[in-house]
Amino acid sequence: MSQDPDLTPAASDTRPAEPTSLRLVTALSLAGLLSGIIIVSVYEATLPTITAYQARMLREAVFEVLPGIERIQRLVYRDGILVAEDAEDTDDEAIFGGYGGSGELVGYAIPSAGPGFQDTIRLLYGYLPSQRQVSGMEILESRETPGLGDKIYKDQSFVDAFRGLAIDPEIRAVKKGTASAVNEVDAITGATISSKAVVRIINEGNQRWLARLAVPGDQPTEERPEPPATGG
Amino acid sequence: MKQQDPRLLVQPAPLLKQPLTTSMAMFDVLLALAPATLAGIWFFGLGALLILLASVAGALLTEWTFLPADQRRGQIANGSALVTGLLLGLSLPPSLPLWMAFLGGVASIGLGKLIWGGLGYNLFNPALVGRAFLLAAFPVAMTTWSAQTGPADFFQLASSNLAAPLMHADYDGLSSATPLGLMKFQQESTPLWELVIGKTSGCIGETSGLLLILGGLFLAFRRDLDWRIPVSILLTVAILATLLFLIDPTRYPDPIFAVFAGSLLFGAIYMASDPVTSPITPRGAWIFGIGVGLLVVLIRYFGGFPEGVMYAILLMNAATPLIDRYSQPRVFGKGLESARSGHE
Amino acid sequence: MSKPRADAYQEFIKGLWRENPVFAQVLGMCPMLAVTNSAVNALAMGGATFFVLVASSLLVATLKRWIPRQVRISTYVIIIATFVTVTDYTLQALIPEIHKELGAFIPLIVANCLILGRQESFASRQPVRLALMDAAGMGAGFLFALLALGSVREVLGEGAWFGIDLFGPGFEPWVIMILPPGGFLTLGLLLLLFSWIAERRQRLAERLAELETQTR
Repeated sequence: MSQDPDLTPAASDTRPAEPTSLRLVTALSLAGLLSGIIIVSVYEATLPTITAYQARMLREAVFEVLPGIERIQRLVYRDGILVAEDAEDTDDEAIFGGYGGSGELVGYAIPSAGPGFQDTIRLLYGYLPSQRQVSGMEILESRETPGLGDKIYKDQSFVDAFRGLAIDPEIRAVKKGTASAVNEVDAITGATISSKAVVRIINEGNQRWLARLAVPGDQPTEERPEPPATGG
Repeated sequence: MKQQDPRLLVQPAPLLKQPLTTSMAMFDVLLALAPATLAGIWFFGLGALLILLASVAGALLTEWTFLPADQRRGQIANGSALVTGLLLGLSLPPSLPLWMAFLGGVASIGLGKLIWGGLGYNLFNPALVGRAFLLAAFPVAMTTWSAQTGPADFFQLASSNLAAPLMHADYDGLSSATPLGLMKFQQESTPLWELVIGKTSGCIGETSGLLLILGGLFLAFRRDLDWRIPVSILLTVAILATLLFLIDPTRYPDPIFAVFAGSLLFGAIYMASDPVTSPITPRGAWIFGIGVGLLVVLIRYFGGFPEGVMYAILLMNAATPLIDRYSQPRVFGKGLESARSGHE
Repeated sequence: MSKPRADAYQEFIKGLWRENPVFAQVLGMCPMLAVTNSAVNALAMGGATFFVLVASSLLVATLKRWIPRQVRISTYVIIIATFVTVTDYTLQALIPEIHKELGAFIPLIVANCLILGRQESFASRQPVRLALMDAAGMGAGFLFALLALGSVREVLGEGAWFGIDLFGPGFEPWVIMILPPGGFLTLGLLLLLFSWIAERRQRLAERLAELETQTR
């Protein structure tokens, strides 16, 4: 150990034996205060980068699952209708509307989540109401088995199977090489459970959202995009 | 552990000397496995032979490398590493790349036996540890089954066998489903006669039910294995399979299929009865066997895999010390009461 | 003046090998096993731990006269937690991809017994300079161990190192190496290797000493 003459362990032990509790409280509060200040300032400094990254990832995912759109708008379901809502601080579930060049609605990007083989899989899929088809699927978050289950996003042919996939009566995952109907996808060999989980998560998303999208009073989304404050 | 054949026995009566030693038991096992091994090579060709050689070589080499120099000769000579390598090789698919079979042999002896302290100290069956390692490491290669080549094409090697070390194997479209795979994923049964003589795809040594049973009978008569273990496993599976078959014959296979398909016979006779990793008391043997049978049925019928013998045996291996502890025979002259109070 | 410098060097070098936090002390196993499925993840985790350890030790050694003994552990935890949170936000902003992979394990650095242990057993009793060297040595030793584990697992599990393909497209990945069992297996084998080398070195040293006494 150290042989430094001025700061041997004995030196630190010769401090006053019993400090008052006021001193203890002061020391801890001071430490807490300093810690708080540092954390808040770092948080404030990094927040814009972090949120910008997350928003960019989400935007990219929306454009990925809804090919051919020009602009997107965040929509929430409130009081029985879909309304445009950019603020993310409400608890409402949100989906994204994708619009073509002339402002017409192309489709919706719907986030959905559910249990996979290991942990929750979160994904985003595009839905085209006019054709009642899924137009694409992107996994946002998953911890599926590397080398097997992670093929749900690494295996391009599996991801591609979700382009132009009919949703009626419901999507089904079938054994590799046997997908024949328009609502069937080939499950990944060795990752049947993960493949079926993806399909089930999309079906659940459909159950939750399709009725809301078809709400009468029609196209609440088409009138909304007029305000240009959507930051496209 | 150090002393092989003690000259002087110091033990209480009965002083009946049993001429059974490790090397003799291992020789019996080799003899019992010979018919099924030859049948496997006959059915699957030269590739199967090479796989067996590779896994045995991996096992022996690991044993040699990691044992202290003065123990090497004796340990290799008692044949236990040879048996482990052979059992592992017989439980591998015939189209597996040879380097994987070799690696499996290394894992069997290294992870399955030596790190526990050598023969007699391992908790899990070494061959199954090697197989579980391979299945977890190379799930695709370990579940790709080639069809039988038959004696006519004996020298035709599958290109996948010869994949370079660490490299991916190319399967030239010879994949074929095992009877259990057919049942699980296509609800298709296999004729009983093919299951009995072994004209199905599967692991090298597991296909021929008849020869496996013959070897098992030989071992049982030589007292090399506790007959209660295979019998209780097979009975449990048969009874549960009958119940399920009676409930819904369209969904579940008949009990004879359940017993003869897959690696149940092979696992029950040669893997589960390993004296090191199974309970020593008769009552414990029954509990162990029933546990394995129950787990096999659960995994096969309600789990994601078509076959579950390997995991069932490994799980029950883990429970063996506990079973041994609770199935100790009552000391003569002591009532249950006194035994219990003795513990407190 | 030369003696303190040698001391400082000793404090640094001991963390790398003789008292390596992973191979000799077997500390910090949770991140060790959880995030070492690739070399990049191991590097990020090791780097984050290194930073937190060095910064905390520096602060604790500097402030030790003002930290009352009765609340020292709570104070250390506050200091460590502050640096961990700072690291968490910074990584999230700078390398979001890797941060996502590391997930909950960055915040969990707070619970890494290596860091708190160094504060209690070293930084709070030693001069700032030595505390800094000790923390840097331990941090580097931890980083080295993580990197060794991550490299083995990535090379066997993906056939790549830092994402660079090593074996070409024909490689058959050992899936088990990326999965948790691979972490345990590799850690066990590395511990074996470490003890083996340490034993050999000790035997060598003994033999040298023997020779010396004989020739004398």
